[in-house]
Amino acid sequence: MGGVSIMEVEGATIGDVLGSLTVKYPAIKGQLLNDDGTLHRFLNVYINDDDVRYLGGVEAPVANEDEITLLPAVAGGAA
Amino acid sequence: MARYASVLELIGNTPVVDISGLSPKPNVTILAKLEGRNPAGSVKDRVALSLIEAAERDGVLIPGKPDQILIEPSSGNTGIALAMVCRLRGYHLKVVLPTNVSPERKQLLLAFGAEIIDSPGSEGSNGAVRLAHVLAEENPEWTFLYQYANPANPLAHYRTTGPEILSDVPEITHFVAGLGTSGTLMGVGKFLKEQKPGVQIWAVEPPSGEMVDGLRSLEDGYIPPIFTDNLGTELLDRKVVVRPRESIEWTRRLTEVGLFAGISSGAIMAGAVKCANLIPDGETATIVTIVCDDGWKYLSTGAWSDDIDDVVERAKKIIYF
Repeated sequence: MGGVSIMEVEGATIGDVLGSLTVKYPAIKGQLLNDDGTLHRFLNVYINDDDVRYLGGVEAPVANEDEITLLPAVAGGAA
Repeated sequence: MARYASVLELIGNTPVVDISGLSPKPNVTILAKLEGRNPAGSVKDRVALSLIEAAERDGVLIPGKPDQILIEPSSGNTGIALAMVCRLRGYHLKVVLPTNVSPERKQLLLAFGAEIIDSPGSEGSNGAVRLAHVLAEENPEWTFLYQYANPANPLAHYRTTGPEILSDVPEITHFVAGLGTSGTLMGVGKFLKEQKPGVQIWAVEPPSGEMVDGLRSLEDGYIPPIFTDNLGTELLDRKVVVRPRESIEWTRRLTEVGLFAGISSGAIMAGAVKCANLIPDGETATIVTIVCDDGWKYLSTGAWSDDIDDVVERAKKIIYF
């Protein structure tokens, strides 16, 4: 994202946080969220290493100092 | 001592061992299923045999017929297991293998007579899958079993791994396993949810790390078809990512209970400990984890002996999942 890999963003939920990101970087909007506001299928979002899809998706609550990681879905093989 | 007619009869029925000595909570039992005991050394023996037997039942492969060629993308263990079964059946196996797997994995493939086709290490397993698709299309006479989409993969775990776990650990409350093709989680998860609906299914995935560099955009992302086909998002209760440092630390700690395990098993153990830490005080739980393979194939990484910072840097560059 513009060469930035770590940044601080405001928001009470994952949806808010991704929304704030797309305000800063409008070009990535389609990479993060679908038109209906759900997560892009090839995007994995983690709160403190926990996948938000199993914590309420874009509704997952975010607390102060939580670390949020965005990673693309990739194939594993040996597990 | 028992006597067997073929190595293939040694696949499955692996032991489960109590490793609660590593549990962060006294009321949480942790048990490990030792898949490294399979004859070609990993949980993938079950999958390889299931894939080949399904293809033979469907008439796609014919035992004894000469010049039958298979192609498969693998970061190692599926390839090794398939190579062993193919050797016994007389099939020629070509494995599309990212260049950045541990050298022991390549050696084992060669030992069982497989042919290795290199795919770019920077593209990780996704790159191997892509290249296998291209080669399979160019060579329609080759058999492409495609473990990521073949229902015989999760079926192996639904029919064998899942029932073995429930039989040995009827009190199971949580199952924690690695997410690669998703075969183990989909097969065992589906079986356990059917038999004991309250069981929680936890997935552990490695960080994409260097592999992200091989992606041109998110559209190069990949979700295994068997994950989607089995409604994986509904089946799983939780998915956690485990970093290389935690993976190595827990691979080392497994030796405290006498287990010399591969690095992905360290990652899964780290996930099991995260799971245990979330069990409320006073509640009991029984977590079953998978030890996918033993440590032998990873000795060259220095995982047990070198400075952990060096090992972590090396681990970011190799595929161990």
